[in-house]
Parts: sequence; C-alpha cells; structure tokens
Amino acid sequence: MSASSVILELNNADVRRGGVRVLDVPRLCLRQGEILCLVGPNGSGKTTLLLTLACLLERAAGELSFRGRTVADRAAVLAYRRSTATVFQEPLLFDSTVYANVAAGLKLRGTPRQQLRMRVEENLKRFSIAHLAHRAARKLSGGEAQRASLARALATSPDILFLDEPFSALDPPTREALLDDLEHVIRDTGIAVVMSSHDQAEALRLADTMAVMRQGLVVQAGPPEHIMNFPADEFVASFVGMGTVLKGRVIDAGSNMLRVAVADTMIECVGNIQTGRQVVLCIRPENVTLAAPGSHDGDSARNHFTGTITRIIPMGHFLKVQLDCGFFLATHITHHSREALGLVEGGTVVASFKATAVHLIPHA
Amino acid sequence: MDLIFDGIRHAIVLLVTLDRETWGITFLSLQISGAATLVSLLIGMGAGTALALADFRGKRLLVSIINTGMGLPPVVVGLFVTIMLWRNGPLGFLEMLYTPGAIILAQSVIATPIVAGITVAAIQNLPRNLRLQILALGATRLQMLWLLMREARLPLLAAVMAGFGGVISEVGASIMVGGNIKGYTRVLTTATVMETGMGNFDIAIALGIILLGLTFAVNYVLTLVQQHDRPR
Repeated sequence: MSASSVILELNNADVRRGGVRVLDVPRLCLRQGEILCLVGPNGSGKTTLLLTLACLLERAAGELSFRGRTVADRAAVLAYRRSTATVFQEPLLFDSTVYANVAAGLKLRGTPRQQLRMRVEENLKRFSIAHLAHRAARKLSGGEAQRASLARALATSPDILFLDEPFSALDPPTREALLDDLEHVIRDTGIAVVMSSHDQAEALRLADTMAVMRQGLVVQAGPPEHIMNFPADEFVASFVGMGTVLKGRVIDAGSNMLRVAVADTMIECVGNIQTGRQVVLCIRPENVTLAAPGSHDGDSARNHFTGTITRIIPMGHFLKVQLDCGFFLATHITHHSREALGLVEGGTVVASFKATAVHLIPHA
Repeated sequence: MDLIFDGIRHAIVLLVTLDRETWGITFLSLQISGAATLVSLLIGMGAGTALALADFRGKRLLVSIINTGMGLPPVVVGLFVTIMLWRNGPLGFLEMLYTPGAIILAQSVIATPIVAGITVAAIQNLPRNLRLQILALGATRLQMLWLLMREARLPLLAAVMAGFGGVISEVGASIMVGGNIKGYTRVLTTATVMETGMGNFDIAIALGIILLGLTFAVNYVLTLVQQHDRPR
C-alpha cells in the first residue's frame, strides 16, 4: 500500500475530560480499505480515539485530515461526517420502523426518493432483515437491532465505518453470525474500518492493523500476528494472551543463542541481547507442549522442564494448564490430551518449548 | 341533590341551545390558554432542550430552579404580574393590566417552567450517545435538535398537556391580572368562581362541565398526535 492511499490521518491528538488528558496520539493513519482494530482494557481510550477519528468529540488540540484535506470548519466537519458512519455498542435506533431507521442517514442528506428506497432495500437485504422492514425498531432482538444499526450505517455508502464495540452486548452465536455478515460486507465494499474491541479474538479475525491502547496512549500498533508474537512490553504481552510473562537476566549471549536465568533455571532463547541485561520473556501457551515424565527425548525443543501442575482451568473446548517449573509456565491442551497424559492438579509433567518460542523484551 | 341535578339539567340546556355568552367565554378561555401554552412551548422547549444538551457549572442549580418553577402558585404569579403591569410598575407603560394580554402573560409565566422542566427531563432521558449517533448520521445542528425532540415526543407532548392543563385550570392569576371583565377577560375559571359566589350553581356546573370537556378534547387530540406514527 502506498502512502497516497492514506485516507484518514490524525496528528497530535489531545483530548481532555475535566482538564485531564485522556487521549495522547501523536499520529495515526488509516489506509483505503484497511481494517484498524483498537484494543485495550476498559478505560484505555479506545472509544475516545474512535470518536475522535469520527470527529464526534471535541479535541483540545490536533488535526484530522480526510483525503488530504483538514477537517476544520463546520462545513468540513459535516461533509466529513457524511462520508463516514458510526455504529455504537448499543444500536441507538429511532422510535420508528426498521425501514425508517435504515433510511435515516439518507433522509438527512436529502437523497431522492427512488434512490433512497433502492439503497434501503439493498441494505436491509444485505443484513438479512428485509422481512423486518415494517416492524417497530424498538421491538427487535439485540442481534436484529444491531443488524438494523449496521444497515443504517452502510446505507449512506460511507468511505469509513467506525464501529465502537458493536458486538460486545450480543450472545456468542448471534455475534458470530453478525461478524460473518459484516466481514462479507467489508470485503465486498472495500470500505475502511476502525473498530474498537476488548475482545482480541474479534480483533484478530478482522484486523489488518491492530493498535493496543493503554491510558490514552497507543502502546503498539502493527499487524495482529506481529503483535501477538512480538509484543512491545509486558502490558501488551499479557493483553494479547502471552500466557507466560517472566523476568530474567541474560547470562550467556552466544551467536544469536542466549541463555537467560529465570529464578534458578536457565532458559534457552533466540535473540540478540547483551549479557547482563534484564529481559522479559514471553511464551505463548500454544507453543508449550506437555509430555509424561521421561518421554520427551524425541522432540527438537531445546527447553525441557519437569514441573508440578498447579491448576487446570477449563476454557470450553480446551484447558489452560498452569505449571510450577521453578518458574511459572502456562499452556493450553485439549481435553483429549489431558486424558491421554492423565493430567491432574498436583501431578508431575514435562513441559517443552523451542528456543524460538520465547520472545524477549529488553527491560527498560 | 336537587341542586346538582338542576345544575346538570341547566348545563345541558346552556350547551345545547348554544348560549352565546357561555360559548364566548369558552372560546376566549381556549384562545388565551392556547396562546399562553404556545408561548411557553417556544420558550420552554427551546430553553429546556438547550439546557439539557449544555454542560456548564451551575447547571444543576438552574435545573432545580426550573423544577421549583413547575409548582409556581398562580396567585403568586398573578401578584407578580400585577405589580409589573401596575400603572407605575416597570411595565406599566404597556397599559396591559386587565386585558386578555395580561392573562396570556401571567399564564405563560406559569406554563413555561412546566414545559421547560419536563423538556429537560425528556431530553436528558434519551440515551447518552443518541446525540452523537445522530451527528454521526450526518445531521446538521438543527436536524439533530429536531430528531432529538422527535425521539422525545412522548414526554414532550406530555409537557404540552401539562402546560395547557396548568393554565386552562388556573383561576388566581387570571382573576388578578384580568379582572373577570364580562365579554373581555372573563374566562371559564373566573366565571365559575363568580357564578358560584353568586349562588348560581347551575351555571357554575355548566361552566365546570365545559371546562372538563374542553380539557379532555384538547388532551385527546394531543394524545392522538403523540401516539401517531408509533409503529406497533
């Protein structure tokens, strides 16, 4: 993607609430067709950033540019808002029919009748709610209402779609179905999307770019895969489900291969960090394998530790196993593996992981 | 009991025979209270909406003052307006005392806080993000205000009913600033007070029935408007 395909740019954003700075983003870009996902815990500033990008919040300072033009005066703000659409966590439908709701944005723009009807019908179909067109919007179920809200947003054919945790109030099957449909629409239309979510699975599924937020700051931004595997700091690591985050010190830095002391144990890792440096070690749970004691000899992993199972936590279709190997270690296993290995809390097991499975962050 | 039945019979006769004086009083009441309600809507709804959407220091105090104003005793308003319009009062030059205009003024003072108070509550009761959602849909400021008021139409029409109900039924202010002048400032309530005082219960009952009927008719129409185009 070239720089010219940047359609939205936010510079030096400063948003305050009651005099306190709640958003501090030096620069953020959105490209044509890009799906940017803002993730972070509650109160990290996701919604504030999203609404700032949507030009719905007042900024103390900062500049917003859309297609290379600054969105500054009242007319530009209105024109910008008419080129974008926002869907909130709650559907916020008007007290009228579903049809009238989906038509709302078009009506505000004075769209001619014929065209309005065409667009409304197209979007009702797109979100599979055509049969609900003449129903009272306030009487829809949560999933139907959010579909109507999305149809209303897309009826105006926006260039950018802002989604503020649009699925967090829905039950899992409803969310899944809606996510599927939305994904299709996004891919079909090539619309740029900014979405906030506290659910990283949702973010991973849709995002081209993920921005992890904390206390009004974007602490790391990049492709989700990259952030998942190479978090920039401990906060991001734990937020993206690293599972194991340990503190250690580099003892022996060979050619690209390191030995890091964690508690009284040595862990072999791949990396390029000076001897003596304090580091944070991150290991994804799915990269740790378990075996019965004495049966690990065949695999290629460089790290093998015998540990005691401290907890086995059911997570639905898999189990989270926490170990004490002289240091904390977490892994995920299937129910089948648990039975095959006969794992019980208090039992002994051998945990293995490759030197490449350890992501090292030099400690500040 | 005869007193009541006689009264009701006479009332029916007055109504059915389209007694000119009775209808004149009724029509004047409707005009005066209608005008006062209209004034209170223009001021009260505008101010109430602005207040509900604004954010400033002292907002709570102001809302409390308005809410207190919802229960203004009509005689106190009557006294205040009388003093203002008195020959050597601050607005004496208008020479409005004992005119229908004076009643409209007094009734507007009574109804405006009622309308404003209910409007503030109605607009504040809308979902917090609805205003942002409307702006996000591409609304101008005026379009946003219109949509917000449309969303709050149930309580806002209740505000209209409460405002109208408050002024059509009050007597204290009307009698003080209007003077109950026959054919000029005599309205249903002041006429009822007078006829009762004179022992003409039949006429008083007739006027009472008309007042109730009128209030019902107006509220019925407003209710129809309120429930109109609400999808089932």
